Amino acid sequence: MHKIKKGLSAASPSIMAIVAGLLAGFIILLISNPVSAMRGLATILLGGWNNGMKGLGQVLYYATSIILTGLSVGFAFKTGMFNIGASGQLMVGGFVSVYVGAMWTFLPGHLHWMVALLMGMLAGMCWGMLVGILKALLNVNEVITAIMLNYIAMYGINFIIKNSPLHDRLRNQTINVAANAVIPKAGLDNIFYVLKGRFHDASSVNGGILIAVLFAVLVYILINKTTFGYELKACGYNQHASRYAGINEKKAIISSMAIAGALSGVAGALMYLAPPTGMHIHVAEVLAPEGFNGIAVALLGMSNPIGIVFTGLFIAHITVGGGYLQSLKYMKEVIDVIIGLIIYFSAFSLLMRDVMRSIGKRRSKKALEGEGKGAKR
Amino acid sequence: MDTIYFLVQQMMFFSIPLLIVALGGMFSERSGVVNIALEGIMVAGAFSSIMFISKMQDVMSGQWLLILAILVAVVSGMLFSLLHAYAAINLRSDQTISGTALNLIAPASAVYLARVMQPNGVQQIQFTNTFRIAKVPVLGDIPVLGPLLFQNSYITTYIGFAIFIVSAIVLYKTRFGLRLRACGEHPQAADSVGINVYRMRYAGVLISGALAGLGGLVYVIPTSTNFNATVAGYGFLALAVLIFGQWKPLRILMAAFFFGLMKTIASSYSGVSWLQNLGIPSDIYKMVPFIATLVVLAFTSKKSQAPKASGVPYDKGAR
Repeated sequence: MHKIKKGLSAASPSIMAIVAGLLAGFIILLISNPVSAMRGLATILLGGWNNGMKGLGQVLYYATSIILTGLSVGFAFKTGMFNIGASGQLMVGGFVSVYVGAMWTFLPGHLHWMVALLMGMLAGMCWGMLVGILKALLNVNEVITAIMLNYIAMYGINFIIKNSPLHDRLRNQTINVAANAVIPKAGLDNIFYVLKGRFHDASSVNGGILIAVLFAVLVYILINKTTFGYELKACGYNQHASRYAGINEKKAIISSMAIAGALSGVAGALMYLAPPTGMHIHVAEVLAPEGFNGIAVALLGMSNPIGIVFTGLFIAHITVGGGYLQSLKYMKEVIDVIIGLIIYFSAFSLLMRDVMRSIGKRRSKKALEGEGKGAKR
Repeated sequence: MDTIYFLVQQMMFFSIPLLIVALGGMFSERSGVVNIALEGIMVAGAFSSIMFISKMQDVMSGQWLLILAILVAVVSGMLFSLLHAYAAINLRSDQTISGTALNLIAPASAVYLARVMQPNGVQQIQFTNTFRIAKVPVLGDIPVLGPLLFQNSYITTYIGFAIFIVSAIVLYKTRFGLRLRACGEHPQAADSVGINVYRMRYAGVLISGALAGLGGLVYVIPTSTNFNATVAGYGFLALAVLIFGQWKPLRILMAAFFFGLMKTIASSYSGVSWLQNLGIPSDIYKMVPFIATLVVLAFTSKKSQAPKASGVPYDKGAR
């Protein structure tokens, strides 16, 4: 009970920011079309519920990738690094797992998707590690390296796809992965569906969401319960002090970025190891937006792995809800504005918490002094 | 020779926006505020000025319209950057957070507003380019220099160079510049001699907003005839140019031209026969600017000269 209370008080700035952001979004709805603004807000808040269990499944499906990129960005934050390269790491991870998923058909049964996922994770890890190596050994600013690597990944993957048997020329995207390489549904399709007559119209959710939550737990344990995690955090707080304490800060930077990259790589693998009707890597000059949404998720979750699961679900929830806004003649882009505003307000609310704390401290100090006086008498 | 003229003219289209935006970032970071919102501010400036052009082009055209659009871009960039300044300076919030927020808000609002303000809810804002100068009178006739700089150009190119010269003078030769730099290196010391750190930092962020907003417009005008709520990562590239240029105007100029040249080769190699004949695929050319920047940074970053207090909120009571 105490733990829940503590968690809630830690989350209070984010909750305040969310309320403020939603209010601002409501005002935007009011200005652009006052008649259905209330219904618009209700649609956003209902999120996936607008379409029953299938909608909820879509929320979970969309949350999978942004929880993982959120974990990636959040983990790097803990070591004092800003991982703006989640997008590139995700693309590299996704590409390698699609390659394994489509080409390594000799792998039997469930082993196929597991190996594909693992290879995607390793690829993302290497891509993230590059950032860490350049930062640790050559002092290259990690933000710049990551931005450059995003573009290199994008153009490089386009080039490789176009010149490999993976290219589906007709649709200008990657070919389907083998049936064995598709992430299993894990029974979730029997929960998240709507009935159309006697036909189960299932959502796209699959076992990926379970894997994402599992990774959140693993990251939580790594950060909070291991010496290695403690060293990484120490480097985030003060590099010089941790070097003085005997921590190898170069190793910490490299391994932190490697793990961050691995998490984004998993996100890419889970996105693209999809059935023929699902996502494919398009040959297009667009950076994967999931990587940047991960920054929002991590900031709102205050880099706490458990917080990131909840904020990932929340952002997926209102994004899916935004999709239903079109029936009310609102543009769904209002959701992106709201998410941006929530992040902006979260910058405020951290300060508000500090102010409230210092007021609280002053009060309890006064109360203590009062008691002291009482005792003297 | 014609090839070289063509490449240089093209290079200006890529280099000048990078130069302007990176110089903007320099003022912000030199005052002590990290501005990763450059991308978002560029989008905001480009959106409002292109929307302005699109609505006004039936009434007027040519250079006067462009100059008015430049003013719109500058003002909207400044207004938008105020959000960042308020969070970073008054509220002492994490500058990465508010910068990221601005980067999210700008493109989303640009799409939203474009669809609300235009008939049929179209997202792209179309405009007619009436701003190209085929040949500057007199100057365009100078041999070599004429074709290089004064033919097939835009007024924004010269504004870019003017901004560079003014920035260098302001930063190094004026009282304002000295104070600004002091606030980025050691705000406590600056405060102790009576400099208002908050005001200087506001000035830094607002200048960066003005220049980034302008940079957004300057980027869109020569390279496209519509604006689709994106500046293709140029704000982030400008950030790279800023760091590559070590927060110094002259080095930023060189970095912007280096990057612009790479970008030019990537985008217009098909117009140059000997580059075309090498048979290198276009995707590889497109990767070159980014790889080159990484390699150069790897060799030059050991001695980074970032402003010492950049990114650290100034707290009067801290010691």
